[in-house]
Amino acid sequence: MTEVNLIIDGVPVSVEPGTTLLKAAEAAGIVIPTICYHEACTANALCRLCVVEVEDWRVLAPACVAQASEGMIVHTRSERVERSRRTILEMLTSAVDLSESPEILGFLQDYAADSQRFPGALRREPPLLDDNPMYVRDYAKCVLCWRCVQVCADDAQYTFAINFSGRGFHTQIGTFFDKPMPETTCVFCGQCVGVCPTGALKPRREWLLEQGILPEEIVQSSRMARKQKR
Amino acid sequence: MLQADRIVPTVCPYCGVGCNLELHLKDDYIYRVTAPFGSVVNRGNLCVKGRFGYDYIYHPSRVTTPLLRKTPQRAGERTQAFDLEEWRLVTWDEALDTVADRLVEIYRRDGSDALAVYCCAKAANEDNYLLQKMFRALFRTNNVDHCTRLCHAGSVVALQQAIGSSAMSNTAAEVILSDCFIVTGSNTTENHPIIALQMKAAVQKYGAKMIVIDPRRLELCDYAALWLPIKPGTNVAVFSAMAHVIIKEGLINQQFVDQRTEGFDEFARSMEKFTPTYAEMISGVDRNLIIAAARMYATAQRGAIYWGMGISQLSQGTASALAVIHLALLTGHIGREGTGLNPLRGQNNVQGCSDMGGMPYHYPGYMPVDDPANAAHWERVWNVEAGGLNRRRGLTTTEILANVHPGGVRSLYIMGENPMMSEPNLNKTRQHIQQLEFLVAQDMFINESGAFADVFLPAASWAEKDGTFTNTDRRVQRVRRALAPRGQSRPDWEIICDLAKRIEARLGRSNSAYWEYAHPSEIMAEVSRAVPEYAGVTYARLDAQGLQTPVWDESHPGTPYLFSDSFPRGRGKFTPLEFIPVTELPDDEYPLILTTGRVLEHWHGGTMTRHSKLDELYPEAHAQIHPVDAAMLGIENGQAVRVCSRRGEIVLRAEVTEKTSPGVVFIPFHFAEAAANLLTLDALDAQAKIPEYKACAVSIFPASPAELPHQEKRVPRGRY
Repeated sequence: MTEVNLIIDGVPVSVEPGTTLLKAAEAAGIVIPTICYHEACTANALCRLCVVEVEDWRVLAPACVAQASEGMIVHTRSERVERSRRTILEMLTSAVDLSESPEILGFLQDYAADSQRFPGALRREPPLLDDNPMYVRDYAKCVLCWRCVQVCADDAQYTFAINFSGRGFHTQIGTFFDKPMPETTCVFCGQCVGVCPTGALKPRREWLLEQGILPEEIVQSSRMARKQKR
Repeated sequence: MLQADRIVPTVCPYCGVGCNLELHLKDDYIYRVTAPFGSVVNRGNLCVKGRFGYDYIYHPSRVTTPLLRKTPQRAGERTQAFDLEEWRLVTWDEALDTVADRLVEIYRRDGSDALAVYCCAKAANEDNYLLQKMFRALFRTNNVDHCTRLCHAGSVVALQQAIGSSAMSNTAAEVILSDCFIVTGSNTTENHPIIALQMKAAVQKYGAKMIVIDPRRLELCDYAALWLPIKPGTNVAVFSAMAHVIIKEGLINQQFVDQRTEGFDEFARSMEKFTPTYAEMISGVDRNLIIAAARMYATAQRGAIYWGMGISQLSQGTASALAVIHLALLTGHIGREGTGLNPLRGQNNVQGCSDMGGMPYHYPGYMPVDDPANAAHWERVWNVEAGGLNRRRGLTTTEILANVHPGGVRSLYIMGENPMMSEPNLNKTRQHIQQLEFLVAQDMFINESGAFADVFLPAASWAEKDGTFTNTDRRVQRVRRALAPRGQSRPDWEIICDLAKRIEARLGRSNSAYWEYAHPSEIMAEVSRAVPEYAGVTYARLDAQGLQTPVWDESHPGTPYLFSDSFPRGRGKFTPLEFIPVTELPDDEYPLILTTGRVLEHWHGGTMTRHSKLDELYPEAHAQIHPVDAAMLGIENGQAVRVCSRRGEIVLRAEVTEKTSPGVVFIPFHFAEAAANLLTLDALDAQAKIPEYKACAVSIFPASPAELPHQEKRVPRGRY
């Protein structure tokens, strides 16, 4: 198959047809920041942090899904790109608890994002959900990257226990009819915990340990203490 | 937000898939488990046990000090002691000297046949190699076995007979390359969850057709092109009928049959009577489904078969596995990528424990003990005088217990197994164990078997030691020490070396079999010098990535799939088959068939998972009953029921569900308080000696809720 030739930040690159701009840039040694993108998940261009400017395109292109084509001239750090990324980060930090997202906190610094740009913004602060023995869900930390939904669905597990619920600002990851996790199709494989980038999903024992509860107490707090018939 | 002190790469200790893990530790506490996305085995995926099931390490009931029973135990009057009050905390010296004294005393008095050992499919290769070495080289006995006898012995014997090798022929991840595959006798979703993910992806993303042949309507049926709801124990009829169709319709791979097999003509004659109609009469499977399945598999470009205990755990286990193997020999669906014969091994290291000689008929590397050349080989490796090793085959797991009597087996050493949960007909097992003169348990918890012991040796968990596991697709992988052994517990290999030296001193042998290993890598070095299939397996290579055996030398890359040019025995061998029904058929008194198995959240006898939060997720046993049977018996979903067989009875909750077929009751065997194996039958396959766990006759009656061993409110679960 003939390769596709393009120029990214002045660097000529040749890639296989079908290669995303994210991967093409990687081949040229250029790193594009991402939040929702994960190697093991289907890319959905949700967070838009990876946008790049393609000459003659009307809108910015999400690099995680936009494919390289012949003759493209791409700018990954143009003023327009930087402004767009900064705004995304400023909106995120105004509404979401990013305290356990070291990567995103790093981006905030890189892009000199102003955490006070939207001072009156409504914060997303739903209560923490502790409804099963394996993991807790703290959606105040959720940036809606969709990775957990993807791995629960056909990226890995084919379980379909969680999905988006609500619209717009009220969008949240949830179970059908907001059932507690054990009553859903969840098999507690924890793939969702494994791909969560913000600490919104966390092993319950890690959460308990953070609160100063000792390992011995964590394991004893289960119902194992009950009388065992022999 | 916690920062890990260290992140340790290792391998999961639960099932045979061998998922790669990263343990995140803070102050020796595993607070998070992740999986590397680049791993060929699990690609970042884990199941509930692999992700969350390690808290048993920290459980307060874990024994971390050597123990001796306060009340001396005598043969015939042996009792169970679960309470630490009944034990004396002792030093390692006292515990090991006691074991050495008693074992040597029994050996001197009654000879090598009086000793027996259960190796452990959960322990590392190095642990098992040394344990069988201790009993073979020091006590000169081949009474060495482990739970492979209870899971895939039928498959192993059949595969050895038909092709000469008993492991999975292909890599699990190759399932996406098949265009048609059969899953039979395996609830892969719950028992090999990560392989099930690959099977679902094969269907959903790669267009493969899956055929499920199983008495239960498994979750995999949601993805299957065909489901053949077979009566338990009628495999020979159904698979032979498929062979009948393949032969009659000219769908055989003639070139393959001519060039790579033998015994076809006689076999084909024995298949004459297995018409689909005949098989339908026996198995209850619609003849058209049998014909469709035969055509679908035979006409595939790359057909593969995956099977589990539903094939092997029968008194016709060997014949059942042969019937499965014949399909591959007829169609040539073996020896290429995406084809193959794949018995899914249950335990994390059951393949390795077998490779390491944890079996009564074989030295490490499947070298038969009754071949003098093999005995001579191992006499050289272990510094045993010429003619010193025992050339007679030893007793199998079930035979060891059945032979506990004066003049027979007097002592048993159990490393990590729990026969009081896993053997069939537990009431009888209990009587046998009570007759032992001396019993040693080496484990983490006082389980149902260890409670009978005289001496308890506290072993380190898998996270507290170095070693290797060999997974179901023959991949040898490194297990790494992530934290210090809790309390005084020690890695199994260290315990064995320490004990072996004490035994050797008492026996006064002139040569030492050698026990001075400083690290498990030195044990593996001894294995690779002596076992050709492991010749190229070294820790230095394994640190980079796993290696699939056989690995013939240090530069050999390993073997992803077997038999591309020939079979180890030369030609694949067809064996004529007859259908023989299960030992105990349902009748008026016991009208239902019980079949046993496992659930996602638990592991076998429960020593690990029932000391974990996993038990909170799945706290009690359920008997799955089909709505048709439930209506006839007047049983409602969630109701307490008494399940009785000719051997015992248990009380548990009924789960009325179409996941089982009419006439078939399913009960998992993890739960001591409603132990399914009190009901099961100890009939054995004549060749493989595997018990018939998958079919016995039972009756069911409503019981009072007060009789339920688990009184707490039922945990509602929505998973399949």
